[in-house]
Amino acid sequence: MSPDPSPLSPPDTGDQGRDILSLRDFRLRFRGQPVPTVNGIDLKVAAGEILCIVGESGCGKSVTAMSIMGLLPPRSSEVLSGSLDFLGKSYDLRHENLPAGQRGNQIAMIFQEPMTSLNPSFTVGNQIAESVLQHQGGSRAEAMERAHDMLVKVGIPAPRQRLNEYPYQLSGGMRQRVMIAMALANDPKLLIADEPTTALDVTIQAQILDLIRDLRRETGMGTMMITHDLGVVAEIADSVAVMYGGEVVEYGPVTEIFDNPQHPYTIGLMSAMPRLDQPGGRLAIVPGSVPSMANMPSGCRFRSRCAFAHARCADPAPKVEAAPGHSVACHFAPLEQNLAVTA
Amino acid sequence: MTETTAPMMQEQLGKAENRVWKKFRSHRSALLGGILVSFFVLIAVLAPILPIPDPATTSWSAVRKAPSMAHWMGTDEIGRDVMARLIWGAQASLLAGVVSVGIAMCLGVPLGILAGYFGGWTDAIISRCTEALLAAPFLILAIALAAFLGPSLTNAMIAIGISATPIFIRLTRGQVLNVRSEDYVDSARAIGLPTPKILRRYILPNVLPPILVQATLTIATAIIAEASLSFLGLGQQAPAPSWGSMLNTAKNFLNQAPWMAMWPGISIFLVVLGFNLLGDGLRDALDPREH
Repeated sequence: MSPDPSPLSPPDTGDQGRDILSLRDFRLRFRGQPVPTVNGIDLKVAAGEILCIVGESGCGKSVTAMSIMGLLPPRSSEVLSGSLDFLGKSYDLRHENLPAGQRGNQIAMIFQEPMTSLNPSFTVGNQIAESVLQHQGGSRAEAMERAHDMLVKVGIPAPRQRLNEYPYQLSGGMRQRVMIAMALANDPKLLIADEPTTALDVTIQAQILDLIRDLRRETGMGTMMITHDLGVVAEIADSVAVMYGGEVVEYGPVTEIFDNPQHPYTIGLMSAMPRLDQPGGRLAIVPGSVPSMANMPSGCRFRSRCAFAHARCADPAPKVEAAPGHSVACHFAPLEQNLAVTA
Repeated sequence: MTETTAPMMQEQLGKAENRVWKKFRSHRSALLGGILVSFFVLIAVLAPILPIPDPATTSWSAVRKAPSMAHWMGTDEIGRDVMARLIWGAQASLLAGVVSVGIAMCLGVPLGILAGYFGGWTDAIISRCTEALLAAPFLILAIALAAFLGPSLTNAMIAIGISATPIFIRLTRGQVLNVRSEDYVDSARAIGLPTPKILRRYILPNVLPPILVQATLTIATAIIAEASLSFLGLGQQAPAPSWGSMLNTAKNFLNQAPWMAMWPGISIFLVVLGFNLLGDGLRDALDPREH
């Protein structure tokens, strides 16, 4: 029986302010799965920081986010370990979730599909006001006033009029702005955005990213953004956690990850991205797809697809500090020194 | 700015609400259904002030008279005016239809929401009971329940209501299973709304349209059921008039006085047709696919 790999710890973000959220050694197994879907994740978000979690579908990004929010149905999954520090309080995720009073108040979430994330039966003003009333109390008129202010803040034209419109009367970009207004109505300390721009077209994407960046500057909230789009990451992230098969394989400041990727999976992702400065030719791909939980290899979970895979990859990958604040889970890291030796 | 946008706002709001109505209005058969139903509702409501004879007054000089100027629809076996009884009978029929469906909805919709939203054991228990009730044919169940409760119009309505409940549980549960996985329910939970509020504001309004359609169609079924129970003597009790009990008496005189059976038969046919057309129209008008 090999020991569990030591989980990657987040880079030190001391200069950006205190941590709002830190998640330690989070493991979650879906019932009926042989191995944990999320296998020991450590994440940290500081005030004003934008952390991007990248990885392909099914690598556990959304599951982690939903778990932090306490939104996963308890019947379908089981938390094996994990502790969550949020605003100075500690929660053992095996037994407890964030209290419902925090959801939508101190911690808010926006979803991927703006087209279906609003209740079609009520006006958008009503829905924003509902969140305000739930956490701040006060009169309905005050809540509607707050809803109006929020619509102004997220840059919706003719906000008075929009307040009384139904979701079907708004475009996708507008709806995502409404979702953001709703999430931020109670001045949360942390915003979790689960692929907020995936369903939008590119120009609207850029607007929404600008909006999130502006709001971050204004409110000092921390943001955890889940995405599979490295373009989004490059544009907005302060730090990046690259996930594969339910593990964080590389974690560091955005410049480090882009300029000095160490994990073969990160390198694969980078080379799979089209570049303006090197036109022509075929894009590199990472061969195969994420194995199902039943076929997840032991040791390094990426080894079934890794170009550098070696016998020792069957052992859990060690955690290596490639640069200050930049950690990577790979037997060969740092690459420059090790590849030459094995080759 | 408020002044300039206000009329626009009104106009747009109006548009949203009129959308369903507009579609409904252009649906000819639904309109016909609406007219039929309104007609029967009107005569039922206006029964006390219409210039018609008392429905319970007998007359030995006018037994089983064919339709004439004095009795437009003829008289029955003890000389009561058939038209008067038909109009008063409309009250019993419509009341039975609406009240029993009301009972079925009040029981079925909350149970369906609980089963669909919470799943697990809650769902297992509610759904198994529903299936057990559905195993018995609707009318047989209603007859058994009515016989058990004792013959009266109120008991007939309760019996029909309970018999119709499983349909609503099932329909609601299915709809809730759909709506529950919608992103807006997740986002309601993400903004920290408590479960009762999510059920009331996010689930209920969005499962309601198909339930309303089902309710309209079930009223038609309930009216037939009430007529059947009254025909069997388990519904409205003599001398109060009801279409079902009128048919029951009339069957003994089909050769001598066919009008006694004809008018209540036609009425049942028309009112049931009306509710069915109305329900179909509502279904098309509320169909989200055509928005």
